[in-house]
Amino acid sequence: MDKKFTVGLIVSNHFGVLNRVAGLYAKRGFNIDSLAVGTTENPKYSRMTIVSSGDVDIQKQVIKQLQKLHDVKKIFMFDNGCTVSVEHLLIKISVESGNNTKASGLINSYGGKVRDFGADFITAEVTGETCIIDDFIKSCEAFDILELCRSGSISMACGTENMLSVKKFN
Amino acid sequence: MLMTGAQILIEELVNQGVETVFGYPGGTVLNIYDELYKNAHRINHVISAHEQGAAHAADGYSRASGKTGVVIATSGPGATNLVTGIANAYLDSVPMIAITGNVATELIGKDSFQEVDTVGITQPIVKHNFVVRDINMLESTIKEAFLIASSGRKGPVLIDIPKSIQLQTCEYTNTPVKLQSYHEKPHNDFEAALDKIKNCTKPYIYCGGGVIASGAENEVMELSKRLSAPVGLSMMGITAIPNSYSLNLGMCGMHGKYAASKAQSECDLMIAVGVRFSDRATGKIAEYTKNCTVIHIDIDNAELDKNVKSQIGLCGDVKEILNVLLNDIQPFKNSNWLDEIESYKKYDVLEADSRFSPHMIIETVNDWADKNTVVATDVGQHQMWTMQFYKFEKSKTLLTSGGLGAMGFGLGAAIGGCMAKGKKKTILFTSDGSFGMNLTELATAVSQNLPIVIIILNNGVLGMVRQWQTMFFDERYSQTTLNRKTNFSAVAKAFGADGYRVQSLSELSDALAQAKGDVPCVIDCMIDMDEKVLPMIPPGGSIKDIVLKG
Repeated sequence: MDKKFTVGLIVSNHFGVLNRVAGLYAKRGFNIDSLAVGTTENPKYSRMTIVSSGDVDIQKQVIKQLQKLHDVKKIFMFDNGCTVSVEHLLIKISVESGNNTKASGLINSYGGKVRDFGADFITAEVTGETCIIDDFIKSCEAFDILELCRSGSISMACGTENMLSVKKFN
Repeated sequence: MLMTGAQILIEELVNQGVETVFGYPGGTVLNIYDELYKNAHRINHVISAHEQGAAHAADGYSRASGKTGVVIATSGPGATNLVTGIANAYLDSVPMIAITGNVATELIGKDSFQEVDTVGITQPIVKHNFVVRDINMLESTIKEAFLIASSGRKGPVLIDIPKSIQLQTCEYTNTPVKLQSYHEKPHNDFEAALDKIKNCTKPYIYCGGGVIASGAENEVMELSKRLSAPVGLSMMGITAIPNSYSLNLGMCGMHGKYAASKAQSECDLMIAVGVRFSDRATGKIAEYTKNCTVIHIDIDNAELDKNVKSQIGLCGDVKEILNVLLNDIQPFKNSNWLDEIESYKKYDVLEADSRFSPHMIIETVNDWADKNTVVATDVGQHQMWTMQFYKFEKSKTLLTSGGLGAMGFGLGAAIGGCMAKGKKKTILFTSDGSFGMNLTELATAVSQNLPIVIIILNNGVLGMVRQWQTMFFDERYSQTTLNRKTNFSAVAKAFGADGYRVQSLSELSDALAQAKGDVPCVIDCMIDMDEKVLPMIPPGGSIKDIVLKG
């Protein structure tokens, strides 16, 4: 049965690595739902969080194939129950003078911030688990969504056992 | 010592033990070729007629010698012409280094003359590739590339070196490099594997190219003898076990021997060593391992459970793993199982006949050659016939395109294999279709004085496709009847090689007797267009669907 699963990767931080990782998913026919990447505290390495879906066999293959990439240094498959995952959203909605307050109220109720506004629009920033972001976007449909931008999920395992740390790396 | 990038490259190739490289010069590798000129006493460069031929030659050189093959090409078309050769090495896990020039770093990305994104183009078909953008990284990159190509599951590595890097200078320090891995090693349950082996009654060994790559031929043989287990071979594993060994059942799969596939389907334990369970070898997966437990041993963890689910997967160098297992395996013999095997073998017995058939042609060539002779093939019917009828006795004597199935591989590979063996007598089995693809490499074979005997099984059609059209497309022979008037014997002579056209076994023997020690010899064998490769397990089928006779 297909299930969403999330892998964290430590990779070399040089050009082309993102291409190699994404290319591997493409050539093996694995789907990518979201991919987020940024440098770690050690500028030689980047960390990626990739969310995709597939059955257990595909999940195992993804991990094993990724491990074979020379630039992939460490990899971890997150356990859905024991992971901190968040996603970042920027959304621009159209408001008229009447529903301005209603929109602000909705943003506040999701712990979001208004980052920009004008006479007829509000740009909000919301952070939360992917399902929360999905909910928020659904609620925003009551207004006219002008544009939105999601960062993709970033994840970290709970506790200190399964860390994707680069401390011991050269 | 202060050196230019081009000098560092040559120095490091020498340092890596490279004696022969294959390639083709061009604008962005002029500096490298200038250094090759100055270092001709240290490295022998073989110029091909086309970069694809050079890539296949590096591949063939590697397969025959076990060393890492090296090919050099210029940017743009030079690099794109390597693509088939690199993909071929990738799919058959052949260690190879491809060195390409590229435009100067300041011209990259500007659609400069002969500029392509070589690393982007080759990325899905290499084990790894590099662009060297800093002269200080050149030496370590080359060292790393050789390590990657020849360690673990072997494969091709490409190094793209912009022209400006070849000109810049830096110190050559010869500092060793190490491959860093932070991945956890997979756990191997040897106890469970030994338990399965102890409790089996009908053991079967499926032996693949990984056995040759690991040098585990003796270990597989010992395992087979210890357990009285028959051995079936994947095409890549064909030379791992001598043909004359009584429990060698030959190749399995679509065009394999009946006994090899039947025994596989009847065994209760399959020990699969260094194989990747290609669809051509397994047929219908659901039927394939229905009756047996599978112990899968491979160096590539990703191969375990990829195509065939195993009950026990052992990941690591197959030679080391087999040695661990052999320490605890007691001799075992099930006479009933061996009798069963003998009864299957009867289906594979071929009567000698006087017809000018593929079978008799290959047997005649086989008798003329010796057991150390390297045999290359192209792709198609003649390739399958070679697997079925040629009696390979020594490891690494077969150069064939397995995973990619690239027509046009053979001649380049034969050139590489012949060079690897000190220009000893080498055979190429090819066909009019395959040979037509890259026959320009005859020029290379002639200029290098290579004693390659090229046997063309010439049926005037694209035989393998025709066979499928006969069997599955109601004899609609779309674009497979060639209607060419090519006279291969005259072509050979035009290239400066010897050429014969033969129509009988005695003419073939006469032509073979004429083959000289330093000139390639093309022997064009005219066979019937409806010769078929049998047995055949149709695609997606199982042993139940095997077609034994046409």
